[in-house]
Amino acid sequence: MSLLEAERIKLFTTRSPWWCGLLAIALPVGLTALIATQAGGPGSAEFDASATQLLTGLGRSVVMVMAALSITSEYRFGTIRATFQAVPNRTSALLAKTAVTAVPAALIGAVVGFGSWAVFRLIHPDPALALDSAADWRAVAGQPLVFAITAVLSLGVGILIRQTAGAVAVLLVYSLLVEGLVGLIPKIGDDIQHWMPFFAADRFIGVQADAPGLQELPLGPWGYLAYFAAIAVAVLAAGILSAGRRDA
Amino acid sequence: MIEAVGLTKSYGKTLAVDNLSFSVPTGRVTGFLGPNGAGKSTTMRMILGLDTPTGGSALIDGKRYRDLHQPLRTVGALLDAKWVHPNRSARAHLQWLARSNQLPAKRVDEVLEIVGLTAVANKRAGGFSLGMSQRLGIAAALLGDPQVLLFDEPVNGLDPEGILWIRKFMHRLAEEGRTVFVSSHLLSEMALTAQELVVIGRGKLISQSSTEDFVAQATENTVRVRGPQLAALRSALGQAGVSIRDEGESLVVSGMDCADIGELAARTQTVLHELSPQRGSLEEAFMQLTGDSVEYHTEIADGPTPATLVPAGK
Repeated sequence: MSLLEAERIKLFTTRSPWWCGLLAIALPVGLTALIATQAGGPGSAEFDASATQLLTGLGRSVVMVMAALSITSEYRFGTIRATFQAVPNRTSALLAKTAVTAVPAALIGAVVGFGSWAVFRLIHPDPALALDSAADWRAVAGQPLVFAITAVLSLGVGILIRQTAGAVAVLLVYSLLVEGLVGLIPKIGDDIQHWMPFFAADRFIGVQADAPGLQELPLGPWGYLAYFAAIAVAVLAAGILSAGRRDA
Repeated sequence: MIEAVGLTKSYGKTLAVDNLSFSVPTGRVTGFLGPNGAGKSTTMRMILGLDTPTGGSALIDGKRYRDLHQPLRTVGALLDAKWVHPNRSARAHLQWLARSNQLPAKRVDEVLEIVGLTAVANKRAGGFSLGMSQRLGIAAALLGDPQVLLFDEPVNGLDPEGILWIRKFMHRLAEEGRTVFVSSHLLSEMALTAQELVVIGRGKLISQSSTEDFVAQATENTVRVRGPQLAALRSALGQAGVSIRDEGESLVVSGMDCADIGELAARTQTVLHELSPQRGSLEEAFMQLTGDSVEYHTEIADGPTPATLVPAGK
């Protein structure tokens, strides 16, 4: 318990988490509002709640940076050594940090999910946007889970790479480019893409669930969430294992 | 009490610390002396469980660091004053450290008071001068009121006032019965601060003794003799079996004090113009002892030959 509190003090006594948190909410919710103003009109497609979540990925990317920074900045400034000096059990120290990173990420995810939905509905009132099915609820209320798991995964990458520039570059390039481009590989591209972690996260949320390429998938929404979580836990475990072996 | 037994750390083929054994007694300031790159910081990191030794072990009161429960209550350490987030206030830095070892929150204000940082406690640590950073580091080391304290080069880069403050502080800590282990590459500083000395070079132990003994043994006491007719005196000194060295017009005698040389001069009826005791400098002695163990030798005297680089550690 005291380890969690120590990590909480660390997180909230520098400014960057506050700015990241603000940005992670303002960016997707603001742009969703902009989309909502242009939505509808003759000939436009039917909406459902998941359509309001198209830009939540922006918030997720900021949360990635925030989570990676929370550990790489400790390596940069040497506070990780002060941490391991105070808490020689590195696994406990890093698990406490994971919890303290994942919980704010979940909160941000909740605000982004419901915020995007609410702002869209406010600007473009449409009965189709009501949360009246399990899929609708998953799309909006599932964001906290996806954001928290994203934070865990990013923290794991941060622990492994230890340098801010490297960790952030790997995370953003991977999530924004690599996963999308893999699909371009002929024949096997689709099969590989179906097992990529952020692809899995998007399937849980159900963005563009009607798209023709996404009809026959190996897992259902909850299966994909479990798969995404398993990858995040594996990366974190690898990070903690390597932190335990390396010299601090 | 800190005890190192056969402590070894290698990075690839380079031995940074080589089978190092020493002990740091309770209630005294023990200096950890060696040239830059001798392995002092590596040794301290191994004592604190930050680096894993390749061989051997370091024990604090018989326990490995990582087996200590809430270690800040047993061992306080300042290895690098810059291990603070620059955007975090001094108070917040101490607060999270205190919380991690379940130390009372009021202890934070106490240690800030002890090191005299109360007035700037809410300022960001990134704006601190080196001296203030060192004080913050010392405050962090004192948080758990530990019996064992480690400081790595605490006076490096400090102004004379800061150096004096730290020196007095170390003495006070030792007088309170604590174990104080402080590293430095300056023998002159350690001669004033430490009562015991552990001297290393190239990762190997050179000596462990009291500072007094080390200084006495390390510095050669000589007498300079000058006069117009030294030949007779020289042969008399030669018969007495002391070593004599010519230095310009004068003789430098070691192994006999001024009084005895004066008597001898009177007996040989030699006129003397000077008879003065010379004390070797601590720096010279230190160079002599650790001379073979400095990591990077530079041969300034040899003109065009490039500096010889001995393969480095790390």
